[in-house]
Order: sequence, then structure tokens, then C-alpha cells
Amino acid sequence: MIGSLFTPFLFQSAAQAITPILLAALAGVLCGRVGVFNLALEGQMLAGAFAAIVGSFLAHSALVGVAAAMAGAAAFSLILAYGATVFRGDPVVIGIGMNLLASGLTAYLLRVVFGVSGTFSDPGVVGLGRIAIPALAGVPVLGWAFARQSAITWAAWALTALIGVVLYLTPVGLRLRGVGEQPEAAGALGVDVARYRIVTVLVAGALTGLAGAQLSLGAVSVFAEDMSAGRGWIAVVAVMLGRNNPLYAAAACVLFGFADAIGVNLQSRGLPNQLTDAAPYVATLLALVVSHRRRSRFSQRSRKPAPTAGEAAAAHRRGGSGRKA
Amino acid sequence: MSPIDRTPPRLDRLRIPPVALAAGFAALAGAALILVSGHDPLSAYAEIVRGSLSPESLPDTLAWATPLVGMTLAAALPLRGGMVNLGGDGQLVIGGLVAALAPLVLAGPGPFGAAAGLALAALGGGLYAALAAWGEVRHGVPMLISSLLLSYPAVGVTSYLARFPLRDVATGLPQTLMVPLDARLPVLTGALNAGSLLIAAIALAVVVFDRRTSAGYELRMRGKNARFAGYGGVRLGRQAVGTMFASGAIAGLVGATLVLGSQFRFIDGALLTPAYTWSGLMAALLVGGEPVGAILAALFFAALQTGGFAMQRETSVPRVLTLVLQAIVILFLAMRQGIGRRT
Repeated sequence: MIGSLFTPFLFQSAAQAITPILLAALAGVLCGRVGVFNLALEGQMLAGAFAAIVGSFLAHSALVGVAAAMAGAAAFSLILAYGATVFRGDPVVIGIGMNLLASGLTAYLLRVVFGVSGTFSDPGVVGLGRIAIPALAGVPVLGWAFARQSAITWAAWALTALIGVVLYLTPVGLRLRGVGEQPEAAGALGVDVARYRIVTVLVAGALTGLAGAQLSLGAVSVFAEDMSAGRGWIAVVAVMLGRNNPLYAAAACVLFGFADAIGVNLQSRGLPNQLTDAAPYVATLLALVVSHRRRSRFSQRSRKPAPTAGEAAAAHRRGGSGRKA
Repeated sequence: MSPIDRTPPRLDRLRIPPVALAAGFAALAGAALILVSGHDPLSAYAEIVRGSLSPESLPDTLAWATPLVGMTLAAALPLRGGMVNLGGDGQLVIGGLVAALAPLVLAGPGPFGAAAGLALAALGGGLYAALAAWGEVRHGVPMLISSLLLSYPAVGVTSYLARFPLRDVATGLPQTLMVPLDARLPVLTGALNAGSLLIAAIALAVVVFDRRTSAGYELRMRGKNARFAGYGGVRLGRQAVGTMFASGAIAGLVGATLVLGSQFRFIDGALLTPAYTWSGLMAALLVGGEPVGAILAALFFAALQTGGFAMQRETSVPRVLTLVLQAIVILFLAMRQGIGRRT
């Protein structure tokens, strides 16, 4: 039973499920690194998914759709970029507000621009093609899955490596990390902290746009209201679990992606989808519990009273929004 | 008077209340969006006002405000102590389902069934919310995220139950059996039922708790500085679990009043479609969880949303615009508060 789950189809659907979460998690990692707690991933992704459909519909080109998604999501991210830095707003409030704004705005524009509610699909919308890499087609079990992925899936993994390299091996990465860990020190060394934060949040916004494009142009070319469906929140957890490290966050995304795929698989075996849809969230929760249990046991030995996670998050929030007087 | 006081009034000296400024800004942005759709913003706004505040539509606004105020209180209570309950949806559906089943399962006269439904719904929602707090206190799992994630399985399981094992097969819809007539909440007038009185009583209790009790003071102290509160003798773990239990219990009660007061059965999705949880959270966030302000904000949002129905009917501007307006208000205020908070 368990063995028969791991079919090529499972890997294919897992790879598909991982892509948007991974891209959003990378965005969250970048923001977290510069000390901006990003809870808006869900809304940014949704804005990107909508912009992708609009771009592809108007230009009949998937590439234009992807470009529109990245530009649209980055523009939407201006709210967080300036709100959490120059205007010193609470990133948690801004994040929640942005998620609702994206949900409302895309639903409104869907009705006003396309005249439909619920879902929009049109023959004029060009989806992303699958990219087959001949060298990988021969890999046993995975070859079939490898041949059925969009360019964005490959880009997501390339970006994971790229962001890892940039963060840990380049001067820019060092400055980025400095801005997040010790803003005062980074500022004293001549790094423009606010500018680094704003640019990083905007770049991260473009990544969430890519995630959104994968949602609306990847497997099927359709936009549905609230189609990000909690994936942004899963990405937030992946960022937490990965402690702002892109590789650890990617590992968490793989776990969630497989939980999602296994849920889909069980659904095809007759389990009602109301139950299987919850699978990735339950897996996410369990991963949170396991990781924090281990962490808290560790910190009990090494430190005096460890701050609770909530207080740590609050401290994180304060750090992100600039110091309070 | 020193000469410095006689400098000409600058814009920030005019002291426009930030909420009014935010609402005005949202109205302007919304007007731009209405223009994009090719309609007249003024007539659309006029419909919102007429559709929510005119004598014939006021009861509808109050009926819509009942669950919204309830979910606002559920969000405001933890917020007062610096905690965020994002799992209102899960607690809401648990309360709703429990309330729909209790009168059917428990033997006894109808009013007993209603009372038991309300009590068990509060218990169910409360325990589910307390689970998230316990996870943070005991295992360090951040409640901000865990409360939200717990929501998904709760929504999934209740949806499954309403669609399969507990479904009323006589109807073609995913819903449970009807609640017996005598177990329903009594109607006051038209759209209003006793559930509104219950929520009003809870609102009063939360305000009194916040302003007049030492526990409320301790919660506010935690909100300002959790470490200080802990040093001062507040038992933070117990307080977190208790506060979240109360928050979840209110959410569960909101679900119960909707089921026993107006829907009379658990209909899959019906409790979540109006997004009371998120509107309530926004209303609470507007004022940092201060109960009176939060209730006023909730009433404002309720009027906006009820008026949205009239706007959609009369001018065919989609009523989801009201959600956009709400989001703009909260974003504007989040930043505006930041501007005032100089280091």
C-alpha cells in the first residue's frame, strides 16, 4: 500500500505542488534575512496569479504573463516594502491587510475586467509549456515526472541554489544578512539599511509573482478566486522551519509538497477531498511541533529562560519595523 | 503663550482623527476603482449609505453586525495581550456544527437543546483555540501560525461530516438535518434574533473585563510588555491558554448563534463565505484590540458590507469592493500609526 504510493505520478504532482510554495518560501527567506517579517506571501502570490492571467490573455503569450506576474506582484509588494520600513508599520498587520486586499482586489477586477465571478479561463490565455530535458528523460521513475514540469519549476530550484550562493558567498549577501541581524552595525558600516530592505522586499515580490504564474499558468490556464488557497501560509511556515535558510526552507517545502501529492493520490483512491485537502496543513503543523520540541529542549540546556516563540516573533516583528522608542 | 505655539498650523497639527483620514483615503481609492468599472462612485456610495443606514435596512445591518461583532471580540481579546488568533474560521465551524448536532442528539425539551448547543459550541471552539495556545506555551509552536493551520483540518473535517455521514439525504445539498423548531433562538423582530442579545451581552462582558477587572489589566500589561508582566507575577502560560479559550469560545458561540438563529442547520461553507473572521480581525487590528473601538469598527464594517449588497443590486458595482475598502483602511492605519511612532 505505502510502496504503491510512490509512483511517477506522485513525484510529478509533488514537484508541481512544491514549486509555488518553494518560490514563496524563497521570497519569505529573503525578507526574513533583511528583518522584514513577510506574512503577505499568500496575497502576493494571488496578485501574481491574477496579473499572469491578465498578461497572458492580453498578449497571448505565456512569457508576457510571467513578466506581468513578476511586475504585478512586485508592485503590490511596494506596500510591504515601504509600509514596514519607511512608514514603520507592524508587518503582521500589513501582511494580513495585504492578503485581504489581494483577495478583494482580484475578485473585484475579475468581475470588472472579465465580467465573471469565481473562475476565469479563456482560449486566449496561453499557459506555460512543459520543458523536457532529454538528458533527464532516462532517469528511472523520475524521468517521466521530469519531462512534465514547467520552466518555472526548474527556475525555482535554480533560484534556490542561486539565493543560497548569493546569501552566503557574496558581499551583497553579507550585507543583506547584516541588515537583518544587526541593522545598527550594518548602518554604521555604510550600508543603507532602508534601501536594502526595500529592494529585497521588491525582489522577493517578483519571486512570489513567479509562484503565482505557476499557479494560474502552470498545470492549467485558469484563475480562480483565492486560488493561492493557503499555500502562502505554508510557505510562511517553511520559512520559520528553515530559520531563513533557503536550503532548509526548500527541504520543508519538499515535505509539504509530498504531503499535498499524497493527499491528491489518496483522493483518487476514493478518500473524500474535504479530508485530503487538509493533508499539507496537518503535515505542516506536525513539522512545526517536531521542530519546536527539539529546539526548545535544546535551548533549555543552553540558555537561561528561553523566550516563548510568541515573544520571539514579537521581537522579530519589532526588529522588522524598526526599533521602538 | 510662547512664540513657538503661534506658528501657523501645519497639516499634522490639524489633528484629523486617523480613522477618519483612513476612511477618506479608502473612499478615494475605492472611487478610482469604481470609475475603472465604468460606474459613478457617488451613486455607488450613496447606495451603500442608503442600503445600510436607512430605517428599513438598519435591522439588516444589525443582523449582519451580530456575527461580525462576535468575531471581532474573538480577535480583540487575544490581541489585547499581544497574541493573534488567526484560527477563527476553524473555531467558528466547530461551534456551528456542535450547535447543529446538540439539539438533535440530546434528549430533552427544545430550549434545553438550544442552551446545550450554545454551551457545547463555546466549549468546542474554546478548546480548539486553547490547543494552539497550549502548543505555544508547552512546545513553543508559534500560535500566530498554528492557530491558522489548525483551522484547515477543522474546516475539512466539518465539511466532510456535513457532506457524508451527517448529511440530510432528503435534500440534495451538503447540510445536516434541521434543528427542531423549539430549539431555535427566539426571533426579536424581522432579521434579528436572540443571538444578537447574546453577542451584545458578550460585548459588554469583554468591555467590563478589559476596563474593570484585574485579569483584564494583566492582559493589557502582557500586551504592552510580556516579559514585564511575567516578572510582575502574571502567569503567562495560563493566561495565554485562558485568553485563547475565551476567544475560541466566543467564535464557537458566533457559529452557534448563526446555526440556531438563522440557518437552522449546518450548511457546508455557509459560515465561512461571508468571511466574518477576517473582517472581525481587521476591525480588532484597527484599534489594537481595544474592545469599544473594535466594536465600533465592526459596526462600521457591517454597515459597509450590508450597504455593499444594495450597491451591487442598484448599480452593479461588485460588492466585493467593500472588502477592498476595509483592507485599504487597515493598511493605511497600520502605516499611519507608524508615522506617529517616532523613535
